[in-house]
Amino acid sequence: MNFTAIMAIYKFEMARFFRTLMQSFLSPVLSTSLYFVVFGAAIGSRIDEVEGVSYGAFIVPGLIMLSVMTQAISNASFGIYFPKFIGTIYELLSAPVNFLEIVCGYVGAAATKALFIGLVILVTAHFFVDLEIQHPLAMLAFLVLTCLSFALLGFILGIWAGNFEQLQLVPLMIVTPLVFLGGSFYSISMLPPVWQTVTLFNPVVYLISGFRWSFYGMADVPIGLSLLAIGGFTLACLAVIWWIFRTGWRIRN
Amino acid sequence: MSDIVEIRDLRKTYAGGFEALKGVTLNIHEGEILALLGPNGAGKTTLISTVCGITQASGGSVHVGGFDILEEFRAARSMIGLVPQEIALEPFEKVISTVRFSRGLFGKPRDDARIEAILKKLSLWDKRDNQLKELSGGMKRRVLIAKALAHDPRVLFLDEPTAGVDVELRRDMWETVAELKADGVTIILTTHYIEEAEAIADRVGVIAKGELMLVEDKDDLMRQMGKKQIEVQLSEPLTAIPEALASYALELRGDGCALVYSYDTRAERTGITTLLNDVAAAGLVLRDMQTRQTSLEEIFVDLVAAAEGDAA
Repeated sequence: MNFTAIMAIYKFEMARFFRTLMQSFLSPVLSTSLYFVVFGAAIGSRIDEVEGVSYGAFIVPGLIMLSVMTQAISNASFGIYFPKFIGTIYELLSAPVNFLEIVCGYVGAAATKALFIGLVILVTAHFFVDLEIQHPLAMLAFLVLTCLSFALLGFILGIWAGNFEQLQLVPLMIVTPLVFLGGSFYSISMLPPVWQTVTLFNPVVYLISGFRWSFYGMADVPIGLSLLAIGGFTLACLAVIWWIFRTGWRIRN
Repeated sequence: MSDIVEIRDLRKTYAGGFEALKGVTLNIHEGEILALLGPNGAGKTTLISTVCGITQASGGSVHVGGFDILEEFRAARSMIGLVPQEIALEPFEKVISTVRFSRGLFGKPRDDARIEAILKKLSLWDKRDNQLKELSGGMKRRVLIAKALAHDPRVLFLDEPTAGVDVELRRDMWETVAELKADGVTIILTTHYIEEAEAIADRVGVIAKGELMLVEDKDDLMRQMGKKQIEVQLSEPLTAIPEALASYALELRGDGCALVYSYDTRAERTGITTLLNDVAAAGLVLRDMQTRQTSLEEIFVDLVAAAEGDAA
């Protein structure tokens, strides 16, 4: 393994993040605060507790997941799409690095940024609601795995995208709906029975459910299934990336 | 001189069916400057991109320093530096950090003294903390060279290093290339400026339509293929070439004031002496005389025209 190269890519990507640190920091703080004002205070006050947890506290895991997933995808997809767009990818392709090292550098940096934002939201939420975290280690594990797997998905997206519209299309048209309909703001048990079944086809349900379990010990689906889902998703993304580099799809002529 | 790059029967056919390289075989000697000449679309960039790992070959093999570029890509690529044709740089990055990144990417530990030396050599040290978007085109191109040199490659590929660069900068670039050669770096550059090849190359390769037409020592090439012309200027203009000189295939130029005679420098008898005797015998009075050697450009145009003739 060319660890120097991995670190070079990682640091280079993180430098981009630090250049816009205030923006990276303020934006999630502001949007989380807004969610709490709207859902927690304004609407939440009219909603009963969800399975013994106040609505404000109930939505925290979902809110963190929403931001972490979108941030991981957009950071990773932009990270690899930008060199393709401006042409600097030539250097990556001509360097003595393999696909795993490139992925470690880009995905590692994108996942770090998403993790940072996830933690910022967690701290911000702490100021609005009483949080309890029953399984802190599991919470961290879910968070890190979600950051990683969605950064991997973002990386694939960045390689696939032929223009900026496509880059934004998948997060906007697919990921955001899946996250919103994946139980970020409600428990699946609140849905009519038919929709409870339909929603089980949404992979994000398993992630949010598992993550919420690590906070309040309650889950829509068994925790083992959640772990299986995120593990399987990560492996599937890795397999696609391995294939991309093997065939040179959309990177090498 | 040992060969540092060995290219065997390299082929590249793009997805659309376009054959960019039709079996190129080329050995590049260690320490030389090889200029690859060819018109736009001849396959120069494809050749370089394939050797450097950016494009996948459809067939054939490439070894750099004895390492196969696919099987032993780490060892092979560590020896190569690439300066691409298009200026591709992250606009908000600083000069020094982008050069440091390149060194790290090639697996070399951070070495500030080395980076300083490279930036100073390329007159970029004063600009090290500037963002890349603030630099002029010529400076950006030098940053690309600095990035390519950051990991101390033994072979440097320069793809059209002076395309769109003004005359002064072009000369600066030639000087830089000469200095790199003095440091022991093998340099392969593509160009469609003949004068560039003429000015700095040791050997010249001509590519047209995906085929390597020839690779020759530059001086040999010019000697072998170079024709010389002698132009005899006359005091009185002629309306036609005199009967006595009809056997020489002369050309009348300059409103009849000059006779031009082409000859082969390699021929045992150039025919100059008898021509001059016959000119005197014909009663023509000489005012001046000059000779001119065919330039690489004319050789090149002939070769490419021949290739296109074959293709058609």
